[in-house]
Amino acid sequence: MDTPLLTVRQLRCERDDRLLFADLSFAVARGAALQLRGPNGAGKTTLLRILAGFHPDYEGEVSRAPGPLAYLGHRPALSGLLTAEENLAHYLSLTAPGTAVSEITDALERVGLAGYEDVPCQALSAGQQRRVSLARLPLLGIAAPLWLLDEPFTALDDRGIALVTTLLAEHQAAGGGAIFTTHQPLAPRPGLETLWLGLEGAP
Amino acid sequence: MKIPGLFWGQFRRDGALALRQPGELANPLAFFVLVITLFPLGVSPESAVLAPLAAGVLWIAALLSTLLGLEGLFRRDRDEGTLEQLVLHGDPLVFAVLARLLVHWLGTGLPLTLLAPVLGAMLALPEAARWPVTAGLALGTPILVLLGGVGAALTVSLRSGGVLLALLVLPLFIPVLILGVSVAELAVAGLPTAPVLAWLGAGAALALITAPFAIAGALSIAVETG
Repeated sequence: MDTPLLTVRQLRCERDDRLLFADLSFAVARGAALQLRGPNGAGKTTLLRILAGFHPDYEGEVSRAPGPLAYLGHRPALSGLLTAEENLAHYLSLTAPGTAVSEITDALERVGLAGYEDVPCQALSAGQQRRVSLARLPLLGIAAPLWLLDEPFTALDDRGIALVTTLLAEHQAAGGGAIFTTHQPLAPRPGLETLWLGLEGAP
Repeated sequence: MKIPGLFWGQFRRDGALALRQPGELANPLAFFVLVITLFPLGVSPESAVLAPLAAGVLWIAALLSTLLGLEGLFRRDRDEGTLEQLVLHGDPLVFAVLARLLVHWLGTGLPLTLLAPVLGAMLALPEAARWPVTAGLALGTPILVLLGGVGAALTVSLRSGGVLLALLVLPLFIPVLILGVSVAELAVAGLPTAPVLAWLGAGAALALITAPFAIAGALSIAVETG
């Protein structure tokens, strides 16, 4: 129970002949959330992609506790022609086959999209699409102990931001961990740490 | 228990997507019909001239219209970011790939095959060759989709991969074309066509058990470089 969800040792990554980070070591324990901050191009997305296993071009060691992973990239990963419910049903067929459809309805309600189940995603606004994408998190919940979220607050209104913060806090309370990138300064709370990339002696 | 879920989940999604884009479904078929319609007009309406060409024309049109539909096979998934989720969670990826290719074949290869006897009549395809050619297309179009899928997966990251895709897969299509046309020649000569059809069937079986693995590998690499 005490082993961290994720341990990173001596990570070094170069991209296009530019050193993004070197000698990067950190761990995410159960119940912890790590906010990645840094200027544009500092390598936040690349770091998340390394952790998700999408970017094999790095040196160092990344060890992850077994179990599925929730990764939300900066694109919402929705098919515009399919409805919110169909998109999530496909996601569930990949991650948790046999889940009841009612859970999708519940998750959509959770992210404030009750009544939008049958609307094709291309007819939704950017913020609503982001919410559909975020509905994956309550669907998976603790079944995916580690969440990797790339700019989860993009296009969200104040209530959306509060919603993501609540989802994160609940996940931490359930013993999950999360790493997310955002430029948004967040109110300090227990278990929330900040990792600065690309800045020497960050504030 | 997970594998049927993966397959049918992907099948349902891709099926719904295909039905919601009837235009994209109809394009390769319209191309197929148009090319074949132009032959009697452009070459000659004489059946003596058309009959020897008929099987070849049907196969070349089928091959080119399959090629037409291939480029978008994985492109949209990559652009939307769903390919990342598929690679991350869809393990083993081959089953999702198989479902995608099955939907694609049902939307292109199958209707092409069903149209072939009708369009063959327009090209004065000899009666003896009608059903053997149709059977050849039924076995050959899955090979085209499977091999073409490998090319589509390899070029998915390229912005204008269409020409490269054609260069990659057309050489692989040539044996299928040769076998498919020779079925008609044998049938017209009154010789048994079963051996050549068996070769096409063997090719389809071989492509079915190898191509999805190559496609899954190529898609994983595409996600890593994206």
